[in-house]
Amino acid sequence: MNDSLHLWLIPLAPFVGFLINGILGRRLPKWLVTAVALLAPLAAFALVTILSFGVMQRGLLTAASFFANTPALPFVDHFGQWISLGALHIDFSFVLDQLSLVMLLVVTGVGFLIHVYSVGYMSHEEGYARYFSYLNLFLFFMTVLVLAGNALLMFVGWEGVGLASYLLIGFYFQKKSAADAGKKAFIVNRIGDVGFLVAMFLLVANFGTLTFTEIATKLGQDAGWQGGVVTVIALCLLLGATGKSAQLPLYIWLPDAMEGPTPVSALIHAATMVTAGVYMIARNHVLFDHSPFALAVVAMVGALTALFAATIALVQNDIKRVLAYSTISQLGYMFLGCGVAAYSASIFHLVTHAFFKALLFLAAGAVIHSLNGEQDLRKMGGLRKKLPITFAVTTVGVLAIAGFPPLAGFFSKDAILYAAFQQSNYGKALWFVGIVTALLTSFYMFRLFYLAFLGEPRSPQDHPHESPFSMLAPLVTLALLSFCGGWIWLFGFGEFLSPVLGARITETGGIPHLEWILSGVAVLVALEGWFIADRFYRRKPARAEQWATKHSTAYKLLANKYCVDEIYGAVVVKPLLGFSKFVLEWVVDFALIGGLAWLLAGIATLAGAILQRWQSGNIRSYAAWVAAGAAALLLFVLVPWGSVWPASLEFVWKVAGH
Amino acid sequence: MNPVYAQLQQEVPLAWYLILSAILFSLGIVGFLIKRNLITVFMSIELMLNAVNLSFVTFAHQWHQVKGQIFVFFVMMVAAAEAAVGLAIIIAVFRARATLAVDRIDRMKL
Repeated sequence: MNDSLHLWLIPLAPFVGFLINGILGRRLPKWLVTAVALLAPLAAFALVTILSFGVMQRGLLTAASFFANTPALPFVDHFGQWISLGALHIDFSFVLDQLSLVMLLVVTGVGFLIHVYSVGYMSHEEGYARYFSYLNLFLFFMTVLVLAGNALLMFVGWEGVGLASYLLIGFYFQKKSAADAGKKAFIVNRIGDVGFLVAMFLLVANFGTLTFTEIATKLGQDAGWQGGVVTVIALCLLLGATGKSAQLPLYIWLPDAMEGPTPVSALIHAATMVTAGVYMIARNHVLFDHSPFALAVVAMVGALTALFAATIALVQNDIKRVLAYSTISQLGYMFLGCGVAAYSASIFHLVTHAFFKALLFLAAGAVIHSLNGEQDLRKMGGLRKKLPITFAVTTVGVLAIAGFPPLAGFFSKDAILYAAFQQSNYGKALWFVGIVTALLTSFYMFRLFYLAFLGEPRSPQDHPHESPFSMLAPLVTLALLSFCGGWIWLFGFGEFLSPVLGARITETGGIPHLEWILSGVAVLVALEGWFIADRFYRRKPARAEQWATKHSTAYKLLANKYCVDEIYGAVVVKPLLGFSKFVLEWVVDFALIGGLAWLLAGIATLAGAILQRWQSGNIRSYAAWVAAGAAALLLFVLVPWGSVWPASLEFVWKVAGH
Repeated sequence: MNPVYAQLQQEVPLAWYLILSAILFSLGIVGFLIKRNLITVFMSIELMLNAVNLSFVTFAHQWHQVKGQIFVFFVMMVAAAEAAVGLAIIIAVFRARATLAVDRIDRMKL
């Protein structure tokens, strides 16, 4: 293999696209903007595909398995030194291993599809070039994040995707709610970033390096690294991950992020960026492996978030918000998987989720597009005939997320639940939470499905139209991926990742055919969710309303999203605002700036009051000053001060009695 | 040397000339500062110039140097020119303002 794989080309392609469209986009014709915007991710995707073909070919030669362990990986590309402080060296280095390869395929592949979709979706929007330049910028930072060989470079990508996310959430910046949502996402993410930063400081302090492989080596060398500082580092990393991946308690920004254009929600807030937290935990899994406590916290956070978000999703009426809470819930699954050390299952779910959630979001976008921006599920309905292709792909997406075999979601969810069940201490409880969440997921997805596509049309829009080809092609592609994407697990996806993420948990014995039993339960639960949704929303559409009034307290609690935003507002935001208002208004503005201004003004006024007497405008007073000055000069020149002064001082000295 | 002159010189010491010059100059300054009438102010300036002239002549005589006397001619020439210009300005000002009180002539513009 060559000395360098030129991995830098992968982020470079979208970055060039960003520069061209960002700087020249306003002046370029639209077809050129489109071409640049599509070529950038396509180039990146092509590079990654070529790389992965190379990797697989080696694998095919050396082993029978399709995804075999390839000796060439991990491959490290150094591009020079970044920081060198004493013993601490931080390089610009990219790492290509099984994990980053999978992530790159997802990011650039799904990213490219969503770019294509955006061409149709955004064609009538203002700021077409701006939109694509941001989207390319996002891909640039995301590929940097994925490829980074050390935590600091990852942090660059981490912050960069946060920036792109902020820009795209606030894309319709004239709308106050969109601008506010962008700010909210940015600020909440900062809280998580503090955790990431502190973790990096602790890593430097304790390991003297930020390179992932070196940390792993040092941890492996010394058995003394258990708990203690490793737990603190892992928990700080988890805080960072909860911010980026919208987990409890920092999930609140993601539902609001739906203010952005729908393809953005699909790409950034469902498929790629929000999974960065999961990726980061998987990347640093050695640290978590050395701290059972941190792992337990990860599992707990994941399970609670999965259940919590799923319950909120039950009653939301905005189609994008249902999907947003569903995303949070599915990310909770991934955290749950990480928490039981089933990292490859988590990454697997990440991949399949990227497929079917991007599909669902894009399909929702197609629905919204065809209804001229209507997002309320209560005003949809009966779209099956009007939007046949969208209906078909949504069906695939819903079946996939609900976990019906042989679609993608079934395999990945099952892999996580299976791993959770085998966890010795609290695994059964985690599995139970997971299976309840699966039931809820199935229910709310079929609810969305029935409300949007079946029943009577409730929209004032008479002629909803099917989307253009540029939107349908990515939808169909993603539908195929959502259908078949899960099969890679059968071809040894877990084993493929195992060099990076550790061996897949194997059946420990005890119950025979455990995996089959658990799968059966999962499918039954999914069917149950479908059945309930069918009862509520197809057979007796009035029943949902009856339940809502009958259990109004519970319904209101869910509809208000457990009032978490309000609680945060009262507990965190308001005191903080009050404090900063006090500090800014009284301490800084009034006391510091005002005081300083008054002091300066006072000095100036006083000096002016004295000095203005020289500037009377009266010629004769000027002449008097001139005369007085001349007299003073004469006095100075003529009187021999050199002898007068010492003599007079001496005189005073003597008079004083010496 | 002319004996009368020499006697004069003996009788009138250098300091007297200089004191007279200083008195004249001070009168000029005081007149310049306190008088309101522009013409009187103008005359005060002439007085100061001539006080200086007196000093020049005195020193020229004292040190037997002609430079001081030449300088006096220069000063007188400038004073004459100044008088011509200054009186012209005074007339113009009086025509424009109908007053010669310096306190009231404090604007460049009308």
